[in-house]
Amino acid sequence: METILTVNNLTKKFGFLTAVKDLSFTIEKGNVYGILGPNGSGKSTTLGIVLNVVNRSAGSFSWFNGSLSTHEALKKVGAIIERPNFYPYMTAVQNLKLVCKIKEVSPDKIAEKLELVGLLDRKDSKFRTYSLGMKQRLAIASALLNDPEILILDEPTNGLDPQGIHQIREIIKKIASQGTTILLASHLLDEVEKVCSHVVILRKGEKLYSGPVEDMLASHGFFELQTEHTDALLDFLEKQAIFGAVKQENGVIKVILKEEMDAKTLNEQLFAKGIVLSHLVKRKESLEEQFLTLTNNIQKPA
Amino acid sequence: MLRLLQIELIKLWNNRASKVLIISYFTLLLCMALIAAIKFDIGPIQFHMAEQGIFNFPYIWHLNTWIAGGLKLFFAIVIVSMMANEYSNKTIKQNLIDGLSKKEFIASKFLTVFTFSLISTLFVFLISLTLGLIYSDFTELSIVFSELEYLLAYFVKLLGFFSFCLFLGILVKRSAFALGFLIVWYAIENLALRFLVWWFAGQEASATFMKYLPLESMSNLIKEPVTRFKAVQSMVAQVGEELNKNYNVHFYELLIVLLWTAIFIYLSYALLKKRDL
Repeated sequence: METILTVNNLTKKFGFLTAVKDLSFTIEKGNVYGILGPNGSGKSTTLGIVLNVVNRSAGSFSWFNGSLSTHEALKKVGAIIERPNFYPYMTAVQNLKLVCKIKEVSPDKIAEKLELVGLLDRKDSKFRTYSLGMKQRLAIASALLNDPEILILDEPTNGLDPQGIHQIREIIKKIASQGTTILLASHLLDEVEKVCSHVVILRKGEKLYSGPVEDMLASHGFFELQTEHTDALLDFLEKQAIFGAVKQENGVIKVILKEEMDAKTLNEQLFAKGIVLSHLVKRKESLEEQFLTLTNNIQKPA
Repeated sequence: MLRLLQIELIKLWNNRASKVLIISYFTLLLCMALIAAIKFDIGPIQFHMAEQGIFNFPYIWHLNTWIAGGLKLFFAIVIVSMMANEYSNKTIKQNLIDGLSKKEFIASKFLTVFTFSLISTLFVFLISLTLGLIYSDFTELSIVFSELEYLLAYFVKLLGFFSFCLFLGILVKRSAFALGFLIVWYAIENLALRFLVWWFAGQEASATFMKYLPLESMSNLIKEPVTRFKAVQSMVAQVGEELNKNYNVHFYELLIVLLWTAIFIYLSYALLKKRDL
């Protein structure tokens, strides 16, 4: 598989603060990646480094297997970080023409890309007259001008209203369906869950997980149980290797499965032991719960 | 190269404020020609500026480049804001992300400054040539095209000054503060440094030292031409004084300014490279 970006032991220090610590991951062509992490976990810093606007303290990264210098590689990348930055006194078309000059691509595609993000009718309005949602969409159009190998988005829906969020997501899905590699940084989990096939999870600059979303959710789920014979139940759960961690919360026993087991089997086994359940639910953990578990910040709903 | 220049010109030309300032600058340069129109006609006193010999070749090269040099401060606003605006709009970040290297970014700014200095020099050349051809007492080719080193000095002076402005724009990141800093720096050179050296090493050392400072070395390139004017000189002679001043453009003075230009451009690049955006 073609490698687009390789990051090796990347470290960034701002004075005493280590924003990114010894981070390594690889981006392969054709996948949709999510970088997940709470605010201040180093997502934007990492992207800033590979995008040539933040200097690294240690480590290395290479675009396209190191075949191109960073700034040449960036011409084949489309990126939007944090807030859309354009010349406020120039119109959408003028701004995009400038981007074409920088990226050394022909300006033929400007109309097509503006159409894609639904800004064609406002193409001659000055950038400063745009709403935040429109600015963000213009940024996407600008990032797509060169039909990039990879599209990098940093919190693309930050600060948008629900309609704007929906529009941006639709655009991202459309682009992903065309086979463009996408790297999406976000702290919004459902956003990542909806579009990404792979995730990198960061906390305080350190990588906690990287790999396919399914593998991360590869847990076999968990049972929620309730019974009058709590002690007998706990005893039973502890003796079987198939069960992992057991937690008690508000009288509900939550037990994580290490292997596949359906609710019927468990019920039969327990009934045979004389343990009668008053409550039995089998659930899969959502990405959110997984994420919170990984980031040691568990706030489960009661 | 052309691409980098085009990038910068798109940014400048679509900005109304910059456009107005650029056009005004060149219009003001043109207005130099209006000196020719100064004419008093009060009964017995008849005075026509153009007839006084100020437009004689080769003196006109000296006079016009000196006057035009004063207008550079006006253009400094454009230069400083074209740099500082990249920071306040954060477009510098977007430019780099879009695939402009830091070197190219500085190069595109420097090329613009170079081009404007060149156009300005050409402009002054054409205006002076026209004025001279109309009013000069001598129009022999050898005289017309003598002392052209003033034009070279003018070009280097602009290049150096604008490079300083670029550097200030990057250093301070805010146009108004950068212009303020320019004025403060002028004061530092002319008050603090001048008198500090004077105090420690005497007047002579101070005068020599001043020649090496950025702003002073730039203004020193073209010395004031007023006392060189023969009407002024004869007036001074009547009082019994004699002016012995060297008005020439010296090679080492050009070198100092060019050196400062290189230093400022390099520092701008180093600063941009070192900073996280």
